[in-house]
Amino acid sequence: MLIGISLISFFIMQLAPGDFTSTEASFNPKASEESRQKLRELYNLDKPIHIQYGLWLKRIVKLDFGNSFKSHQRPVLWEEEDKNGNVTKGLIQESLPITLLINLLGIFIIFSISIVLGTLAAINQNTIVDRSITLFVFIGFAIPGFWLALLLMYWTGVANQWLPISGLHSPGYLSLDTFSQTLDMLKHLILPVFISCLSGLAGISLYVRNGMLEVLHQDFITTARSKGLVEKKVVFIHALKNAVLPLITIIGLSIPGLIGGSVIAESIFAIPGMGKLFYDSVLSRDFPVIMGILTIGAVLTLIGNLLADLGYAWADPRVRKGIIR
Amino acid sequence: MSYPTKISIKLFLLMFTLASLLSCSNNNSQAIDYKDNYSTEKGGILVNAMIGEPSNLIAMIAGDSASSTIAGNIFNSLIKYDEKLNHAPELAKKWMISPDQKTITFTLKDNLVWADGTPLTSEDVLFTWQLVTDPNTRTPYASDYLLVKKASAPDKNTFEVTYEETYAPAIDTWASLHILPKHLLKDEDINNTYFSRKPTGSSYYQLNKWVSGQQVSLKSNTNSSQGLPQIEQLISRIIPDTSSQFLELTADNIDLMSINPIQYQRVFPARKDMLEKINLYKELGNGYTYLGFNLKKAPFNDVNVRQAINYAIDKDEVIKGVLLGLGEPIASPYKPGTRWNNPNLQPYPYSPKKALDLLKKAGYEKNEDGYFEKNGKVLAFEILTNQNKQREMTAVLVQRRLKEIGIEVTIRVLEWASFINQYIRTGDFNAVVLGWSLSLDPDQFNIWHSSQQGPGQFNFIGYENSKVDKLLELGRKELDANKREKIYHQFSEHLLNDSPIVYLYAGYGLSAVNKRVQGIKNPSPPAGIYHNSYEWFIPNELRRNEMVN
Repeated sequence: MLIGISLISFFIMQLAPGDFTSTEASFNPKASEESRQKLRELYNLDKPIHIQYGLWLKRIVKLDFGNSFKSHQRPVLWEEEDKNGNVTKGLIQESLPITLLINLLGIFIIFSISIVLGTLAAINQNTIVDRSITLFVFIGFAIPGFWLALLLMYWTGVANQWLPISGLHSPGYLSLDTFSQTLDMLKHLILPVFISCLSGLAGISLYVRNGMLEVLHQDFITTARSKGLVEKKVVFIHALKNAVLPLITIIGLSIPGLIGGSVIAESIFAIPGMGKLFYDSVLSRDFPVIMGILTIGAVLTLIGNLLADLGYAWADPRVRKGIIR
Repeated sequence: MSYPTKISIKLFLLMFTLASLLSCSNNNSQAIDYKDNYSTEKGGILVNAMIGEPSNLIAMIAGDSASSTIAGNIFNSLIKYDEKLNHAPELAKKWMISPDQKTITFTLKDNLVWADGTPLTSEDVLFTWQLVTDPNTRTPYASDYLLVKKASAPDKNTFEVTYEETYAPAIDTWASLHILPKHLLKDEDINNTYFSRKPTGSSYYQLNKWVSGQQVSLKSNTNSSQGLPQIEQLISRIIPDTSSQFLELTADNIDLMSINPIQYQRVFPARKDMLEKINLYKELGNGYTYLGFNLKKAPFNDVNVRQAINYAIDKDEVIKGVLLGLGEPIASPYKPGTRWNNPNLQPYPYSPKKALDLLKKAGYEKNEDGYFEKNGKVLAFEILTNQNKQREMTAVLVQRRLKEIGIEVTIRVLEWASFINQYIRTGDFNAVVLGWSLSLDPDQFNIWHSSQQGPGQFNFIGYENSKVDKLLELGRKELDANKREKIYHQFSEHLLNDSPIVYLYAGYGLSAVNKRVQGIKNPSPPAGIYHNSYEWFIPNELRRNEMVN
């Protein structure tokens, strides 16, 4: 499976015209064609594709993701130490934690808010509450993130100096104590996380709303009501549990998304995350980095699927016992 | 009213507030009186913004502009350009050219040291030359240095190179090669060394801290070969989005950024509060934008057609429309105001009448649709350009003017790598809107000589003119600047008459700098405002509350 995915991504990547010697910066009369040809040879880019793939596969089975072309010596995945004990951090190693942090915070916030909003909308079906929740989440979904981001940056950063505008740390970050460092970083993350959550609310909350409505019309809810349980208990204990079951699949499927960042948000907020890394690598045809990210993405997708299935079986006895698929 | 309804109302209110906030200006900025009579003071931090992260601080390997900007503050070359763009001593105090014009002898300044205190000698220069010409070094810039037949370091202050044949651009090539320290690199693989992330140089600054993806900070080098800079620390923050950079500038978090013509001509003039604390600068860049023809294909193999198109395009309109006036029309491929630019040449004026006459002379007749036609073939072509807003807008203005006189033009915008590999390398194009950025040496053999038409070479438009070929060859062999000037003036004249490309404009580089940064020359000298950045200073009372990392 993994080999299949990597094979396809490798060949699709090669379909894109050009290689990293043909970037705009290299279109420079001082850089001669012979020198560029020499570079291609040094990076094995002159070899046929299947040999290049073979070379890549040979390294990857040893978990060696290679070094980036563009930054010449930086390892793609993990840090390397040279003979003098200098450590060069890997590209993915440096970009991944921040992207993971933003995405995990994002998913946590999206799910918490969505479950509340979805449930509220379902129990107040077709009332003004329901309508305004739907309207609100769709405005969040439809609003262009970069535009809102810039407005918010202006409002919270320029007009009122409440939050930092961009970046991850304030100047002088290193001289702060651990608590202030965390606080500083959280301040920098408020806007990016808020923007990344806004568009996710619509899908999940409608999912919860519809799941809830479906469950509320089932027989066991009628039973629960008829045996005299208070409505709160009916909704929040009996119905909610069943309504959020499908979310397990969604969480599972969003695991590979955890390592992907949004290029636009990362550019605007100057966050060195995975989205920007991948985008820049594609533009500069930095094959080792592209392949590294795709491979990790593929592994995570497979793991995510597995976890979703396992999680479902754990949460729903009917699945575990084979009553429904 | 229920809770969620309140939220949505609040959201609407919020957006209203934001919209109104943007329209009114910010009144709570503290009023600082920026005078002009501060005296020079050492210290302070200059924070600027750049859109990309440097890939590697060894410039011969890196190739991107962020890298060369940062590396240029850390390393020296043998020679530099002064503010009038003449050669001036940097590491070398003088250089002599042998009577046969094939050998150049550089004499280094006395007592040069690297930032770590080790002496900097001609051995380092020789080592750098060996590195750049080593076939295993992954540099695209080797070719100029491979022309050196013999390089030697007879004593510790002398470096000598002998060329196979006289090579006039040689001096320029020694102004762009950063000298690297032998004692730190001799046992390293230059392609894969930690040095590229923590270099030791000899210039004004040395690396202080590089936080990946966030910022590169430099501090002044007490062992600098050029004396101490006034500003103690330079921090370059990596902010990929220019709107975010602009907000940071507005909020006073950065001191300097490059801006675009809209910001220069529209945004800043409308914001009095910004102009109180920010100065705007413009300087002519080293590049120009052109409409290039595929000379191998009809109709562009006919000089009348090319000249007609040149007359039909209103360059002033393009400059006004695309650059809001922040550019200059040019008539030769050299920067206006430098000696290589032939002052007698004038750009083709906008003259639809001349264009029509030339097309008729070339045998074209108007058909019933209003387009020119010859032998049943309509005069129509496609302009290719890459994803660059200014070039796209330029192409549209050209399209409109050509339609007016009866030439049908379509435009196609492509991603860079596809553009180069599928169209330029294969010669499969009619016309392009592209730009050349030029080195300061006048030699343009690689762009215009008829031998440079192979795939991947730079005369991709297929220009051939035996007179121009001769002049280009001559210019490469002539080291006397006055004689060279004549050669390149003549060359520019041929080029203008042949009209293989239509010069559209040379744009200004625009910068916005906080007024706390003093000592910037305005108007900028030919070498640009950054030329004397080591003399800039930030008076103590204007410094922001700085926390040093």
